[in-house]
Amino acid sequence: MKKLPRLFTFAAPKSFYRLASITVPWLYGIAAAFAIWGLYVGFFVAPVDATQGNSYRIIFIHVPAAWMSMVLYMAMAGWAAFGWAANARLASMMARAIAPTGAAFTFLALWTGAFWGKPTWGAWWVWDARLTSELILLFLYLGFMALVEAIDDVRRADHAGALLAIVGAVNVPIIYFSVRWWNTLHQGSSISMTAAPKMAHTMLLSMLLMTVAFWAYAFAVVFMRARAVVLERESGADWVRALVAKK
Amino acid sequence: MVWNSASDFFAMGGYGLYVWGSYGVTAAWMLLEPVLAARRHAAALRAVADMDDEQG
Repeated sequence: MKKLPRLFTFAAPKSFYRLASITVPWLYGIAAAFAIWGLYVGFFVAPVDATQGNSYRIIFIHVPAAWMSMVLYMAMAGWAAFGWAANARLASMMARAIAPTGAAFTFLALWTGAFWGKPTWGAWWVWDARLTSELILLFLYLGFMALVEAIDDVRRADHAGALLAIVGAVNVPIIYFSVRWWNTLHQGSSISMTAAPKMAHTMLLSMLLMTVAFWAYAFAVVFMRARAVVLERESGADWVRALVAKK
Repeated sequence: MVWNSASDFFAMGGYGLYVWGSYGVTAAWMLLEPVLAARRHAAALRAVADMDDEQG
């Protein structure tokens, strides 16, 4: 009987390792293409903002970076939880591979926000609900990374990290709704799921193109790091030995 | 066209520091991080190879 491909084929580290090696160059290519397109629209097509002048052009990276910081956290917490609940090693490895990229996007959201806040509000930083909850997100990422590295038994480290990530996930909706729940200096959402966008079409287009670029970039770099994590943790496996022996 | 000249573009209407300060750090990180990830992968491959050598 012919063997059918199984649903969880790519849940095996070996299959994932192969799949990731094929997709990573394509993902980098997509990221570069959309970034060039998005930056072209953002800097050469989108008009000057009536109230903020050219400082508003920071939005094209600020908002996608902030979105990625939240999306990657949910992905990290989800994989960590699944890895714990289903005893799936690859899921826990994915969580570890996501964390540094998520932390980086959180830092970039804060950094670009500071460089936008200074000319707009006159301050690099204010302790308002949006900024403070985003800073807490950065600490959650760093805490997860420090915790899983600090425990020698890898599976115990995965479980401890999963607990931290799940508890910390409550912060993500707080970030998202902070501009509605509290009276923040940070402006309200540029895009809402319930109302038409409040910005010019070309501005919106650039922001969405940059969002696609950031997604593709995040997938590429996380897959690349996940390949390294798989090798580090499966170094005793036969397929890893065979892989190295071939070279 | 939005800009009259290259210097007009780089000045960003007086917001050059803020716009390029944001884009510069973001671009630098997004060029560096893939290199770091690739190096970690290469190091992991080397570690497996070394382990095999030791065991003969």
